[in-house]
Amino acid sequence: MPLHPVAEAGVTVVDWIDERTSLSGAGRWMMFRKVPKGTNWFYTLGSATMFAFLSQAVTGVFLAMYYRPDATGGAYESVRHLTNEVFLGAFVRGMHLWGASVMVVLVFLHMGRTFLWGAYKYPRELNWIIGVVLLILTMVMALTGYLLPFDQRAYWATVVASNITGTGPIVGPYLADFLRGGSEFGATTLSRFYAIHMLVVPGLIAALMGAHLYLVAKLGTTAPPWKKVHKDVKLDTIEA
Amino acid sequence: MNQRQKEEYLREYSILKSEGKPFFPYAVAKDAAMACVVMICIITLSLVLGVEQGSKVNPTTTTYVPRPDWYFFFLFELLRVIKPPSLVGLATVGIPTLGMILLFTLPFFDRGPERRPERRPIATATFVFVAIAMALLTYDGATVGTPTALNINLPTSVAQQGTAAVAKFELGREAVAQNGCEDCHDIAGNGNSGPGPELTYIGSRLPANAIGRTLANPTAPMPSFKNLPANKFDAIEYFLSQLK
Ligand code: HEC
Ligand code: HEM
Repeated sequence: MPLHPVAEAGVTVVDWIDERTSLSGAGRWMMFRKVPKGTNWFYTLGSATMFAFLSQAVTGVFLAMYYRPDATGGAYESVRHLTNEVFLGAFVRGMHLWGASVMVVLVFLHMGRTFLWGAYKYPRELNWIIGVVLLILTMVMALTGYLLPFDQRAYWATVVASNITGTGPIVGPYLADFLRGGSEFGATTLSRFYAIHMLVVPGLIAALMGAHLYLVAKLGTTAPPWKKVHKDVKLDTIEA
Repeated sequence: MNQRQKEEYLREYSILKSEGKPFFPYAVAKDAAMACVVMICIITLSLVLGVEQGSKVNPTTTTYVPRPDWYFFFLFELLRVIKPPSLVGLATVGIPTLGMILLFTLPFFDRGPERRPERRPIATATFVFVAIAMALLTYDGATVGTPTALNINLPTSVAQQGTAAVAKFELGREAVAQNGCEDCHDIAGNGNSGPGPELTYIGSRLPANAIGRTLANPTAPMPSFKNLPANKFDAIEYFLSQLK
C-alpha cells in the first residue's frame, strides 16, 4: 500500500537529513538499547529530574521576558508587575519557584537511589562524579535564583550566603568577590547572579546532563543489586 | 574490585542486560508516566501555595533575620546547632566541603564488588544517618525562628501580673512580629528605624486605648490593623502599652 503523501514527505525529509548526518543510528542506539531485567520505578528518578530541569528552562524563559536585573528598584518592580498584572504571571512564577523545590527533591532521591544500590561502582564511577557536579550546580541554581525577586528575604539570605562563601578555604574569598562583583554587595551583584542563574549554570547543567546520559546509554543502567544470573547453562558455559 | 571481579561483573551484567527489554517503549513509558506526575506536582504546588513577594530591599536594616529557602535549612541549622564561635567555620564551610569531597571520592574508596544495601552495612548506615540528620535539621530550621522574631526582654511589671499577662504579652510579641510592624518601626533595636516612630518606649507615651486607636485608624503610610482577630489586636495593644 502506498504511503499517504504527507507521510511520504516526512520520510523523505528524515531520509535527507539522515543521509547527511547518520543521526538515525545514534537514535536507535539510544532508544533501542536494552535495559536489564528488573528495571523498576526507581529508575525513573533520573529522567524525572531531567524533566523538572526542562520545566525550569521553559518557565524560566517566560520569566526572563519580564524580569529586569536592576538593583535600584527595577527588579522588585518587574517581579511585582509580573506577579500581579501579567496574564498567568503568578502561575508561571509559581511553577518556576516550586519546580525548583521539586528538582532539588528529585536530584537527592535519584542520588540516594544510585548510592543505596551501589550504582557508583565499577564501571560507572565517572557517571557518579558527573552526578555530584550536577548536584552542586542544581544547588547553585537554587541559591542564585533566590536573590532575583530582590525583596528583603532574598537580599539578606544572599548577603549571608556570599559572606559564608567568603570564609571558605583558599578560593572562598575570591569566589565571594566574584559573586558579589566586588568586596561589597552592590549594584553589579544582582546582574551577576542573574547571568549565572540563567546562562552560565543552565548551560553547564545541560552539557553535563548530556555527558551523564551518554554514559548511561553507553554503560547501560545497573540491574537491581538483588538480581543475580541464575546458575544456569549460560554463565557456566562462559566460565568453563 | 580486582580485575577478575570486574570481568565477572561485566559478564554477569551483559547477561542480565540481554535478558531485559528495550528502552523504547518499556522504560520510556515509565519515564513518561513519571514526567506527568512531576508536572502535576509542580502545577498543583503553584496553584495551591502560589508565590509571594516580601517588602522591598532595604540594605540599612541590620536586624532582619535572613532565612534561606527550605532546602538550605539543614545547612542553616548547622549554624544554630554548632554554637561556639570557634566552630562556626566548621559548620558553614567545613562540613559541606567535607561532604562534597566524600561524595566525589566515594567510588574510589568504596570499591568492593558487593552492591546489595543489606550487605554494605557501613554505606547503608551512613545513608540512614545522613538522611535522618538532614530531615531533622530541615524540620528544626522550618519550625524555629520566624524571620521577624522580636527579641525583647519580658518587662518585670508584666511578669508580676501573673501568667495570664505573660501569655498575652507573648501573643502580642508574636502578632507584632508576624504583621510586619518591624518593616517601619524600631522596637528595642528590632526592625527598621523608619518611616514610623520608634516604639521601644511607646507605653510611656501613649495609653493602651490610644495605641488601639492608632492601630485601627492610623495615618498613612501605616496600614490599618482593625481587621485582625480581636484577641491578636488586643494582645498587640497590650504588648505595646507595656513597653515603657
Ligand atoms: C508601612 C509602614 C508601617 C507599618 C507596617 C506599621 N506602621 Fe505604625 N506607624 C507608621 C507611621 C509612618 C506612623 C506615624 C504616623 C503618625 O503618627 O502620624 C506610625 C505610627 C504608629 C504608632 C503611633 C506612634 C506614636 O508615637 O504616636 C503606633 C503605636 C504604631 N504605629 C504601631 C504599629 C504597629 C503595632 C504595627 C504592626 C501591627 C505598625 N505600626 C505597622 C508606619 C507603619
Ligand atoms: C541534574 C541532575 C541529574 C540528572 C538530570 C540525572 C539523570 C540521570 C538519568 C536519566 C539516569 C538514568 C536512569 C536512572 O538511573 O535514573 C541517571 C543515572 C545515573 N545517575 Fe544521574 N542525574 C542527575 C544527577 C545525579 C547525581 C546528583 C548523581 C550522584 C551523585 C547521579 C548519579 C547517577 C548514576 C551513578 C547513574 C547510573 C545509575 C545506574 O546505572 O543504575 N546523577 N542519571
